[in-house]
Amino acid sequence: MCLGIPGVVQEITDREAFLAVVDISGVRRKVNVACVAAAEALDDLTGQWVLVHAGFAMAIIDEAEAEKTLELLQLLGEVNEEHLAMLNSAQPGPQPGQ
Amino acid sequence: MKYADEFRDPEKARALIDAIGLTLKRVTIPDDRPLHIMEVCGGHTHSIFRYGLQRMVPDTIEFVHGPGCPVCVLPMGRVDDCVTIAETDGVIFTTFGDAMRVPGSKGSLLQARAGGADVRMVYSPLDALTLAEKNPDSEVVFFALGFETTMPSTALTVLEAKRRGVSNFSMICQHITIIPTLKALLDDPQAQIDGFIGPGHVSMVIGNRGYDFIPTEHNKPFVVAGFEPLDLLQSLLMVLTQLAEGRATVENQYARIVPEDGNAEAMRAIAEVYEEREHCDWRGLGNIEASGVRFRKEYHRYDAELKFGLVQAQVPDPAICQCGDVVRGIIKPTQCAAYGRQCTPQTPLGALMVSSEGACAAYHQFDAAGIDH
Ligand code: SF4
Repeated sequence: MCLGIPGVVQEITDREAFLAVVDISGVRRKVNVACVAAAEALDDLTGQWVLVHAGFAMAIIDEAEAEKTLELLQLLGEVNEEHLAMLNSAQPGPQPGQ
Repeated sequence: MKYADEFRDPEKARALIDAIGLTLKRVTIPDDRPLHIMEVCGGHTHSIFRYGLQRMVPDTIEFVHGPGCPVCVLPMGRVDDCVTIAETDGVIFTTFGDAMRVPGSKGSLLQARAGGADVRMVYSPLDALTLAEKNPDSEVVFFALGFETTMPSTALTVLEAKRRGVSNFSMICQHITIIPTLKALLDDPQAQIDGFIGPGHVSMVIGNRGYDFIPTEHNKPFVVAGFEPLDLLQSLLMVLTQLAEGRATVENQYARIVPEDGNAEAMRAIAEVYEEREHCDWRGLGNIEASGVRFRKEYHRYDAELKFGLVQAQVPDPAICQCGDVVRGIIKPTQCAAYGRQCTPQTPLGALMVSSEGACAAYHQFDAAGIDH
């Protein structure tokens, strides 16, 4: 749960709440970007790779780093796990993978 | 399990392993045991097992798997608190998936759900907040656990709840902090640790300065490391080099992600919402002074402990469990009497058997595959 997962910032959707849509290996999800950009620098984030922990971008990374990290997460089986967690988040009842 | 030649950059891996062997020749190894290098973070433990790094390094080096997996040190009493709240009428209880299977004395959250409680896994605390907005007639409780890596996410979620004026949302704060934990480990005369591979993503948040006491007061090398196998091998080499040269300092192998001062915005959010808790109970390690946080007064209305009038339940671990000795590096998982018998990934007694980052679960997985650790 502590490894985080890389994704690409697609667009800023809510400036006040510091929310952006991030593409995480094909899954698009809202991510809070307050820790990686000041309000006036939000627009510069579009197109950047970020490391996402529990729905919060915690570091800006470069593409090579993102690639290496994704490869490691794939091997550890965590890309799938994170995707399942994102897709099933907050749903009632038993969830797949448990 | 991988071999060096399957690494992304096999030549680099081999060169690092050679350098580790050479440097080790200049390090004094204790007479009665191998050199103990503790990787503090559960993510590192997972990576070390998955890549079989223990097998690649000389026998005189042993990785000791530290307490840095928040699920693994979650005490029974805290799980019981969660179950109590989850079973309260009108509550939707939310948590990260990993925490759902950790056994308490009355079972796990997963079992509470099977019994009818509305317990839901969430990917992010923000999803729990959204759930609260969508269900104004329920109280949505989020179980906030983790080291400083997840602390900014829960602190920022509370700030967001305040901004949006959401009042049916609260959290059980079970956040723990790394520095007091390391202090407790180092003050324990039984634990024999010769050097540390430091946590990457905790340090990304808090920076590296807090670790200075480890070389200055305890004379041990501390190298903050990335998660890839090459990162880990390189960090090990950096630790050994310090030992060989009779030095002890904090070094940052993961500078591409970890800024010396950490993440200012994340630290600001943490300091705004949380304050130090005098005592914090850890599974296996018992009470560690000042190792946790709680809500500041201004944020008490988001504190589920207060909302539900919870008195922290103190429940001792089952007598047979030796989780504490494992996380302190005193015994290996296989030396615990419960290992593989009463305690398996299907029937975990201790939390180290639950998470893929737990040492016991990692050992068990490789035992099942017939692979040496
Ligand atoms: S085998 Fe089970 S009880 Fe023993 S140390 Fe590991 S998790 Fe704890």
